[in-house]
Amino acid sequence: MTADLARIGPLHQWGGLFATLPDSVQVLTEQFVAQVDLRLDPAGPAGADVAAYLGVALPEAPNTWVQGDTATVIWLGPDEWLVTSPFASPEALEAGLREAVGADGAVVDVSAQRTTLRLRGAHAADVLASGCAVDLHPSVFATGSAAQTTVGMAGIVLLALDDSASDYRLLVRSTFARYLASWLLDAAQEHS
Amino acid sequence: MIELPCPWCGPRGVSEFRYVGEGATRPDPATATPQEWRAYLYLHENARGWVRENWYHTAGCRRFFKLERETESNETRAAT
Ligand SMILES: [Zn+2]
Repeated sequence: MTADLARIGPLHQWGGLFATLPDSVQVLTEQFVAQVDLRLDPAGPAGADVAAYLGVALPEAPNTWVQGDTATVIWLGPDEWLVTSPFASPEALEAGLREAVGADGAVVDVSAQRTTLRLRGAHAADVLASGCAVDLHPSVFATGSAAQTTVGMAGIVLLALDDSASDYRLLVRSTFARYLASWLLDAAQEHS
Repeated sequence: MIELPCPWCGPRGVSEFRYVGEGATRPDPATATPQEWRAYLYLHENARGWVRENWYHTAGCRRFFKLERETESNETRAAT
């Protein structure tokens, strides 16, 4: 009598509200991705092994993210990264990274911690700027830029996906997702 | 809003941070007297002018760091 439980995100019922937004401020819920928190000394031996496993070097510059063939790596701190992948299961990504890291770091599956939103459109940066103090001008925040910061009262990881301040990915803690969604809908009002 | 220079993340609004206290030198717990330990924990200079402080970047990189702040003007600069 066991039923297969479908995986649902915290914003799975918000599509209808997001659909009412104008083209200049598009909010979309993104697919579930495996997320693993990685901590290691980038100068130690584990960094190269992880880079070989992921196919991309860990970004050491603060406030950046890089895209590999199967995974995205986001800088969270001088010895901390968030690795996300839509291709691997959380268990597989955690196991693969743990094997690469060995005893020289820590690998923790945090897939359930955050959900992912996409914010797109000509007014995307304007909407964020009404509640986010980070400088979002594309001359300083463009493709490859990342920031751990706050939007309204919610902590987010913000990724810039283009060079024209019109495409962002927002990772938000699942319990704050509905707050952030409400906030974005409210902030988008003045552009509709 | 006051802007603080996180040594890792760069300039950020002060609401991303938590104040951790004056940058006093911690006495050696093995040899400090109870009076010295109490003074380290509870007695603060609260000086006017440039002071050294500890801050924690709660909403960002979650690192502790030292900062110099002018307590009248709230001007800040990286700790030397
Ligand atoms: Zn920081």
